[in-house]
Amino acid sequence: MGNVPTTVKHCLSYKQIIEDYPWLKSWLEEEKIITEHEYPDFVKIVEVGPRDGLQNEKENVPTRVKIQLIDMLSTTGLSVIEATSFVSSKWVPQMADHTDVLRGIQRAPHVRYPVLTPNMQGFQDAVSAGATEVAVFGSASETFSRKNINCSIAESMLRFEEVISAAKDRQIPVRGYVSCALGCPHEGNIDPSKVAEVAKGLYEMGCYEISLGDTIGVGTPGSMFKMLQKVMKDVPIKSLAVHCHDTYGQALPNILTALQMGVSVVDSAVAGLGGCPYAQGSSGNVSTEDVLYMLHGMGIETGVNLDRVIEAGDFICNALDRRTNSKVAQARGRTL
Amino acid sequence: NFSSSGPFSVRLIYLSLASVRAAHSLPGKVKIVEVGPRDGLQNEKTIVPTEAKIHLINMLTESGLPVIEATSFVSPKWVPQMADQVEVMNGISKKPGVSYPVLTPNLKGFQAAVSAGASEVAIFGAASELFSKKNINCSVEESLQRFEEVMKAAKEAAVPVRGYVSCVVGCPYEGHVAPEKVAHVAKRLYSMGCYEISLGDTIGVGTPGSMTKMLEAVTKEVPVSALAVHCHDTYGQALANILIALQMGISVVDSSVAGLGGCPYAQGASGNVATEDVVYMLHGLGIQTGVDLSKLMDAGAFICRTLNRKTSSKVAQATCKL
Repeated sequence: MGNVPTTVKHCLSYKQIIEDYPWLKSWLEEEKIITEHEYPDFVKIVEVGPRDGLQNEKENVPTRVKIQLIDMLSTTGLSVIEATSFVSSKWVPQMADHTDVLRGIQRAPHVRYPVLTPNMQGFQDAVSAGATEVAVFGSASETFSRKNINCSIAESMLRFEEVISAAKDRQIPVRGYVSCALGCPHEGNIDPSKVAEVAKGLYEMGCYEISLGDTIGVGTPGSMFKMLQKVMKDVPIKSLAVHCHDTYGQALPNILTALQMGVSVVDSAVAGLGGCPYAQGSSGNVSTEDVLYMLHGMGIETGVNLDRVIEAGDFICNALDRRTNSKVAQARGRTL
Repeated sequence: NFSSSGPFSVRLIYLSLASVRAAHSLPGKVKIVEVGPRDGLQNEKTIVPTEAKIHLINMLTESGLPVIEATSFVSPKWVPQMADQVEVMNGISKKPGVSYPVLTPNLKGFQAAVSAGASEVAIFGAASELFSKKNINCSVEESLQRFEEVMKAAKEAAVPVRGYVSCVVGCPYEGHVAPEKVAHVAKRLYSMGCYEISLGDTIGVGTPGSMTKMLEAVTKEVPVSALAVHCHDTYGQALANILIALQMGISVVDSSVAGLGGCPYAQGASGNVATEDVVYMLHGLGIQTGVDLSKLMDAGAFICRTLNRKTSSKVAQATCKL
């Protein structure tokens, strides 16, 4: 056997190896880096609880409760809080008080309060009510578009062009959403090139950011990767956001995958508000608290105070008389 | 060129690092270790009748799972849920090719397990001194010495042993746990003869950040092919943590059907990650598991009815309502 070092046994000790062969250390340090991913230093969270969240809650929430929720969220460090939606109250009764909400909130400096505007009527009402940022919703699925907003994707894009043009005239930024980015409740699988096509269309029309939504939460890191690869070819990565639903528990690994690919804007909802209208009783939006826990644990800055978000979540859950969907809030609330 | 010359130890380092480098593509296959009947039920308040435990294990066998942790040979005084350990072992229909490991905290438990027909056992170490003292009333070193006895007997009986390390990214008493401590305990268990080491995030506090640091330390001491992750979903981080582990070359994942088993350190909070949700993610990534998701969900539905509780699996919740 000759001169076999004592470290050569059943198991090698890394520490011992370095002691025996000091020259190895720098070589091994280089090798180590390969397994590390690069993550953004900062992730912007877009809080959609007051709009997307409440819109999908069965209980009708009084206007003052909505206002209080938004005011609480405004003190957490969040820089974007989607306040309400200027759709017809016939379709979305929960958002009927859009004007009162927008006028009633205490706008914090450095916080933006975008509102949904599906068409020119909605846009004009939003502007009258004091909106300074708006959002439009496209779909990567023809069937979903027809069933949801009663027109084809192409027709909806024409509608949005009007809104975006009017918004440009008033220097109002517009955010674009693409729903069904990873699957459609009617069509099933969605071709990533279709998602890219719609995202590109919205971006070229003038949307400053495109939020890619896994509307029914069926996506996994596999489909997220493929979809983003395609979309990134047509829209700069810094203009992309992911809006993951947690219906199948996949939201956080999907968000992680997006971060690994360079995405640095994530949509989420306090307390995971908003069930899934396509899987009754199931969860919908990913919880802001759970996203923050993961990001902070990875050393990624968000500027958001987790405890304050948990408080806002407690408040709205009490008001709705429902349990939070956030696992972090559940764990924190019950630690022995 | 280091690979073909130089001392044996250097060549071994090169090979292990080369496997780490290649690991940033995902494994083609993942082995799921189903811990529902043991870790899951052990942490459920309702005592489950023996026939129901047996039926659950048989249904899980039918779903294609390759490893199903059947029961635990601890004293029924400590874990009343596992008091029917012998009946369960004798009652289940063991499928050839499927393993049914059982927990054996000491030599006595090991002997009882072998008499009851166990052909694989598992031992539990902790990466936290305080947790070890509070959980099994002795230091980490003392527990490892206790296990040496079990390892010796297992070797003589040609029974494979799986080692668990708990508190790998956080302890309910100590808080932060040093990755080097985890690596040390994992290495000891591996050197003693455990064929696989399962790294447990006992209180679910880990994130992709702490998982990466811990796995980097452990993979320096134990080959990645001998490692598994046992993530708890108490803070919703389990699937993200599992994804990171896969990206680092890990290809064995512990989980519990229906996410059975709450967290004893955060009352009312969830514990084990749900096997259905793990399988959904793995299949979505094109990774093979051998598991039939709908048969697995049937097993989950069965045990939830028996326990009169809602499933903790989001996949199960979503699918049954479409």
